[in-house]
Formats: sequence, structure tokens, C-alpha cells
Amino acid sequence: MAIDFTTADPEALQRRRAIRNDPVQRYRRLVEIRAAEARIREFHSSGQAWGTTHCADGQEAVAVGLAAAAPPTDLFWVAHRVHAMGLALGCTLESVFAENLGRTTGSVGGIGGSFHLTDVGVGLIHSFTIIGTQIAQAVGGAFASQVLGSDRVTVAVFGDGAVNIGVFHEALNLAALWKAPVVFILENNHYAEFTHVDTVTTVTPLARRADSYGIPWRVVDGQDVESVTSATTAALDHARHGGGPTLLEMSTYRYLGHSRSDPAAYRPEGEADAWHERDPIKVEAARLLSEGLATDDDLSAVDELVASDIAEAAEIAYSAPNPPLSAMFTNVWAPDPPSGGSAGSVR
Amino acid sequence: MPRMRMNQAITAAIRDEMAEDDTVVVLGEDVAAAGGVFKTSVGLLDEFGPNRVRDTPISEMAILGAAVGAATTGLRPVAEIMFVEFFGVCLDQLVTQAAKLHYLTAGAVTVPMVARASVGAGRGFGATHSQTCETWFTATPGLKIVSVWDAAGAYGLLRSAIRDDNPVVFLEPKCAYGNRGDMVRGEEGILPLGEAAVLRSGDEVTLLSLGQMVPVALAAAQMLEAEGISAEVVDLRTLRPWDRETVLTSVARTRRAVIVEENPASGGWGHEPASVIGAELFGELLAPVHRVTTPDVPVPFSRELELNYLPTPEYVTSQVTSLCNTARSPHPWWEEPS
Repeated sequence: MAIDFTTADPEALQRRRAIRNDPVQRYRRLVEIRAAEARIREFHSSGQAWGTTHCADGQEAVAVGLAAAAPPTDLFWVAHRVHAMGLALGCTLESVFAENLGRTTGSVGGIGGSFHLTDVGVGLIHSFTIIGTQIAQAVGGAFASQVLGSDRVTVAVFGDGAVNIGVFHEALNLAALWKAPVVFILENNHYAEFTHVDTVTTVTPLARRADSYGIPWRVVDGQDVESVTSATTAALDHARHGGGPTLLEMSTYRYLGHSRSDPAAYRPEGEADAWHERDPIKVEAARLLSEGLATDDDLSAVDELVASDIAEAAEIAYSAPNPPLSAMFTNVWAPDPPSGGSAGSVR
Repeated sequence: MPRMRMNQAITAAIRDEMAEDDTVVVLGEDVAAAGGVFKTSVGLLDEFGPNRVRDTPISEMAILGAAVGAATTGLRPVAEIMFVEFFGVCLDQLVTQAAKLHYLTAGAVTVPMVARASVGAGRGFGATHSQTCETWFTATPGLKIVSVWDAAGAYGLLRSAIRDDNPVVFLEPKCAYGNRGDMVRGEEGILPLGEAAVLRSGDEVTLLSLGQMVPVALAAAQMLEAEGISAEVVDLRTLRPWDRETVLTSVARTRRAVIVEENPASGGWGHEPASVIGAELFGELLAPVHRVTTPDVPVPFSRELELNYLPTPEYVTSQVTSLCNTARSPHPWWEEPS
């Protein structure tokens, strides 16, 4: 097996399980993601972290909804705007913070940075920073499920910016042809870097492109965790039972700029306000209250818990050591096979 | 000892690995029903079925991307990229994804895949289907690169490449597919990656080569013998990681090195061993390290042009003779004063 599950973080798996069937925990994760990204921006603005970072404020419901829908054995290939997705799938605050800070305790030991997270124990293969590349890889993962007779479904998560790159089309066509057990999640936050989606394509909704390949599609309210979860659950079941791929377009909005250096001055006035009206945290809070699943006090308690989690994790992450110089030489090559054969014996 | 053509040996290597390991799969354009445009996968579909041997559309990004994803999740894909130039539309998956995933996941995943491609001039396929392009890959840590030219090497190295837990680019000169040669089939025929082979012993000059320039170097060594120059021929076989020890041991003894490569003079793969030989054996050498290459031009089509574009045994012989006699690097033919 090419996945080394001994690298998995058991705490991440616990965190993943926590949101599977518990709406209050899902709410807490939404709040946590929002607060965690704010803290990550502080790392950068204060000079504690270097490089850049891409936040998903406003898109938390997509991440949490997906993570709630999929069992941890399903595998995710996701995009660079990954803090939300990583935390939703279960990565700990410490590991995400520490990766942003380049520390040894980071998700991938400080070798990756803000946009490179992995935890195979919760199904997060990796976050990919070349737009669209992960879509074809997820189809490959589904190919493996078919050959190995596994009931694992693979999930590719990508943004609206990925629908105009060739690999999107190649991968969808191949997935349809092979009836691959894969779910495509098109997270439409309406901006590819600084460019509004309407200025780069004439076909909307974007998910209609799936028709070209005979793949079923739906546009889903990406501000609402429950909508995301139920649509994703159905698509995963469909794939798992031999129905082949589905494309789900999660309609959402990126509150902030593309990356830390982008003030997003190009937005039309009022555009963001309309989306803030349906903020995913507000939407979920209203649901919990109206369905009697939580009280105002419960929600305030969540806010306090999250604030203390964030403060504690940030402290732990910041105190962790930087990698020694020798760290850059690890994992360049795969380890030698355990026995026999001459393959891979030379470095 | 069976004799096979190189394309049959490649098929045999894939077949034998597939028979031993259920996770080995094949994908690419016309690889299944047609058995490959160069007949390098004939019979695999019949023996192993359509789940493991898959034809794909003309979609190189999807082919290599699917191979990366499948390798990450438990298969050992052998992906065929028909002509090496087609990597130009999907290099991301190899160089930026496959080669870095083990590193970027802190070792959580490995990417055991082989990306095979035909390479090289000499067949009249024109400028866009006749390059070797090794240097598209050479500066990529995490990626192994193999180039072959005969049945035994293709069989032995391909089996190792499929077993390797790293991504491997496996380059096959299209003119060599028909080369018939003796080979050892089975475990004993497996050749390790990263080890060069000394194919002919000699005392006065080392001819270091790769791919379809190896038989050219061997023929040149024969001609040089007639001229009283004893040439050793080393087949590098693996370009990354390359076998410094064998190369440096040979050149330390012969004290002259000529690299025979099917690459443009500027930027060819030979710069790397040339630089290492020069640095490691500076005071020992009797002549500068010399590279015999193609001219700095795209591959021309017209028969005489294309055949002269490639280094020939006669040309290599004249270059080596000049080097040995003058202790200076001779000019290439296209720069010689008329």
C-alpha cells in the first residue's frame, strides 16, 4: 500500500468523528475554522509566519459539510485554500498552525507551508497548489478502488478557477468513461484569484459542464452545512454503489482576497454584504436555535471554547522547534522496499 | 537464452510484473486493444483483462494524473506516453506532483509509477516526434530516469522500474524497438536502477553513453580499435540517480572521457557527468572531457539531414581520434571551417 497510515494523527481522527453526527460539533468546527484563519493571518501580519496564505472565510460550510458526509476512509484531494478543509477533515489546530509557521510539528513537518496539508488517517491525501491537478489524481484513486475491489470513494475538491483548465475536462471525461467511484466538488467562491467567474466563462451554472461528459450534477447551497452534507452523502453513495461520478457545485463566496497580499478592492460595492447576510455560521446558528438543538448560551459557550482552543494551539505551535537543516533531506526518495528485489536500492 | 526484440522484452517485463503483482496496471492511448502503437503491450489485455489494462482517450494530463492518484492509493501503474514530446502537455503531473508528493506529505504517501515513452530521431517522424527530452526531467529530485536500447536492458530495467517505490520515467528509443537481442527472462534478468554497465573494456578512453547512442558508441569503439585506440564503453542506463562510481572508476583508469549523446550540444544530459568528471578527476585527465552531440537545431526531416543530425559511429570515431591525438576537444562537424 502506497499510503503509510502510521503517519496518521489519532487526534485528527477523533476530531473527524466528532462532526459526523453531531450538529453542535459541526457548528463548533465552523466557528473554529473562522477563528483559526484569523489567527493565521495574525501570524503573518506580525511577521511570525512568512510566505503567503489563502483563507477561506465565508466558505466554512462547504468544508465542514463535506467532512461530515464522508467516512474517514474516503480519500480527499483538495485545493490550496486548505485551512478550512484540513481543519474540517480533522487536522488539529496545532498541526495547521505549525505548518503555517514552518515548524517540525506542522502537518507535513514544516516542509510544505500554509497550503500543503496531509493526514491520511482522515483521508486527506494532500492539498494541491497547481490548479486542477488533483482532479485527475482523484480519478486515479478511484481507479485504484476499482482494481483493488475497495468500496472507497475518492473526492476531488477544486475551485471555480479550475473549470477552465484542461485537466478538469480530461479527468471528468475519463471518470465518466471508467464509471469511476469519484465525487467532484466544485467549490464556486466566485473568484479565481482577482477575477470574477462571470468574466472568464459564458456557461453557467459551471456544473453544467458535467453534461458534456454525461455526469450528473447539482448546484448546492454552499452556505448551509446541512445542504452540503446531504448532497455529498447522496453523491458518495451513488459512487460507492457503482453509479459513477457526480459533480456538485457548492455555491459560496470568498469574503477576503485571494491571498494575504490581496485587499480584494476589485469587488463591486455591496456584493460581499449580500453573502454576509447568509454567513454559514449564522445560518447554522439559526438552525440549531430553531430546531432546539442548542440555546444562545450553548452557542456562546462554543465561542469561548474555540477562543481558548485557538489561543492554546497557537501557543503550542509557536513554541515548537523549527526543523533542523537535515529535515530538507528527508523523504526526497521513497524508502527502500523492506525485502528482496533490487528495485529502489540506489539513492 | 531467448532472443527477443526490444518491444517484446518490454511487453514481457510488464507481463511478468503483472503476473507477480496484482496491483500492476497499464494505461495509455491504444495500449489495450491495439497492444500499443509500438507493440509494447501485446496480449496484456487478453491475459489480465480490461480492469487492469486500460485504453484511454488522448488525454495525457488525465493519464498521468490518474497514474499518480492510483500510485498514491495502492496500485503500480505503468502509464504509456506514446511520444516523449507529449509530456509537454502533462509535465505537471510528473515533475511537480509525482516527484514531490512523498516529500510534501512528509512520507505519508509514495508514488510507485512508471511513465514510459518513445524517444529519439532516426525514423523520419519529424521535429516534434523525434526528440529525447531527458533534460525535461533531469533537474527533478524525486524522479528516476532510465533510458534503454536493447532487449535485455529494457526487460531488466523495466521490471526494476515497476518495482521501484519512486516515480520513474522510462525512455525507449523508437528505432530500437526492433533490436533483437539475447536476454534473460525472470528474476535473474532483472537489472538494478542506478547502476551503469561497462559493455566493453578499454584503456585509453571511456565512451559514456545512453539509449540509442550506446550501440553507436560500441560501433565506434570497434572502429577505434582498428586505429589502435582502446576504448571502454559505459552504458549509463539510469540518468537519475546516475552511477558516479562506475563512471569515475572507468575514467580514472582511461584518463579520457567522451560522452556520446543524442541531445543538442547546449543543455544536453552530458553536461552533468562532464562536470563531475572534470571536477573529480581534474588533475588526472589527459584531455578535456568531450561531448559528442547533435547540433543545436530541431530534428530535421529529410533523410540525409536526419541521419547526419545524429552522431554516427564514423563521426564519433573521428572525434575520439582527434581528442586522443591532440589532447584538445575537436570542433563539431557543423563548426569546422570549410
